[in-house]
Amino acid sequence: MKTVAEINEKISSGRAVVLTAEEVIDYVDKKGLEQAAKEVDVVTTATFGPMCSSGCFLNFGHSKPKIRITEAWLDDVSAYSGIAAVDLYLGATQLRHNDPANLDYPGDFRFGGGHVMEKLIAGKEVQLFALSYGTDDYPGRELRTRFTIDDLNQAVMVNPRNCYQNYNVAINASDKPIYTYLGYLKPHMKNCGYSSAGQLSPLLNDPFYRTIGVGTRVWLAGAQGHVYSEGTQHSPTCERGVLGVPSEGAGTLALTADMKKMNPEFVRGVSLKGYGVSLSLGVGIPIPILDEDMLKQTTIRDRDIKAQVIDYSTDYPQRTGKVLGTVNYEELKSGTIELNGQKVETGSLSSYAGARKIAAILQEEIRSGKFLLSQPISPLPFEQSMKPMKEIG
Amino acid sequence: MSDNITKKIMLYFPECETESPIVYHLVKDYDLMINIFRAKVTPEEEGYLVLDITGSDGNIHQATEWLQSLGIIVNETDKGVKWDQNRCVQCGSCVPHCPTGALSIPDRSTMEIRFESNKCIECLSCIKVCPYEAVTSIF
Ligand code: SF4
Ligand code: SF4
Repeated sequence: MKTVAEINEKISSGRAVVLTAEEVIDYVDKKGLEQAAKEVDVVTTATFGPMCSSGCFLNFGHSKPKIRITEAWLDDVSAYSGIAAVDLYLGATQLRHNDPANLDYPGDFRFGGGHVMEKLIAGKEVQLFALSYGTDDYPGRELRTRFTIDDLNQAVMVNPRNCYQNYNVAINASDKPIYTYLGYLKPHMKNCGYSSAGQLSPLLNDPFYRTIGVGTRVWLAGAQGHVYSEGTQHSPTCERGVLGVPSEGAGTLALTADMKKMNPEFVRGVSLKGYGVSLSLGVGIPIPILDEDMLKQTTIRDRDIKAQVIDYSTDYPQRTGKVLGTVNYEELKSGTIELNGQKVETGSLSSYAGARKIAAILQEEIRSGKFLLSQPISPLPFEQSMKPMKEIG
Repeated sequence: MSDNITKKIMLYFPECETESPIVYHLVKDYDLMINIFRAKVTPEEEGYLVLDITGSDGNIHQATEWLQSLGIIVNETDKGVKWDQNRCVQCGSCVPHCPTGALSIPDRSTMEIRFESNKCIECLSCIKVCPYEAVTSIF
């Protein structure tokens, strides 16, 4: 048994043994669980993929004369201003003003909230256009200026939902192509789209949320942030397989960190043809190896993680609950899966290569004493499921 | 025919040379086999043509000189489809849509993406599906 405090001491003195969630699999195979649990202190996990539920709070400081912003656009992308005078909230999936969306189907969705965030973090200049009705104390009615992230007082990223524990695989059984957030799907189940880092994914390595909870320090695109809550649609009550790993969406995390400290390589605007805009974000989460049980959880491998294949032409939008089949991540990553005797090509939306890179960066930061672990201040709910919408009338 | 070589080239016509039946001459006068991937004439009357030419080294050389004498720019290095390694996040979304394996994942343990422009037939499928504008067409 080790405590987080003991592990932190080892990290501070540069003695911590840190492996990535990929490396730990072979290490435990070689050394045996008991011996490895004595040696290994931390396992790093990561994921790098689109997170639609992302946004940021920005504070601009006061203009002269002051303005209480009631409508605002950042590079022509509308930002929410129903908060304090010069605070704005920018959402990742917000389209640029006048984007034809899917009027000209399938739309290109070249630029939106996620792209503005990418520009900000890359240090580029962004235009603010703001309107107001004017008050005695805030007489300004219109404002147009340009700024970079350095000009802001605060730029705080918030992801109400991130790090989906697992996710389904999208396929198209109809006879027409469809455009989804898991990519372009050819008719007659010719290809499928998935989005998970599998064996590297944070919540698949801690499936019962033993070490990841509210207050856990995380690596968010290079900045040190933390889990501030369970994520939206967190629904841990689900079907679970080997080592208790869910075969459905299951748990999610709400994350936050300072955008000024982020690395633009891991914050990328996403344009999904026919679907919309989003943001891809790199996340790394360290798992303290408290005991053998915890180490065992981190040895989960792709072939033991299952995902459900769902028809996005009918069953997904109509919420029929029908599942076409179950595959594992080793099959998905091989490039082809077999479904009902048919070969289906696979494509991933999240970057496994990117997740590997993040797990290695976090490993190095912990080894060198730059990144310390934190004890959660409260656990994530372990029993709850997602309710469908209540529709009246 | 065993000493035949195949080259992928991009022709750029500053002001369109459409008057001259270029492909006809390449086949007839220089004994080349032509496989056209993509052609475009812009409203500014510029033209692009991306093609494979197969023939003897000498004939390809002479044909290239003839094209250049017409004011056509022959580009053997640049291709019409570009992959930007820095913009690519290595997701692999494009891979099942690439018909030739020009975009591929050679090592399934690292899942890193490789782009081989000599295999690219410029079908533009990847441009449609890449969420990060990592692949673009120069025309
Ligand atoms: S243009 Fe077509 S052939 Fe070339 S890389 Fe893209 S998908 Fe492959
Ligand atoms: S879809 Fe785009 S970002 Fe993803 S691997 Fe292909 S080129 Fe790279």
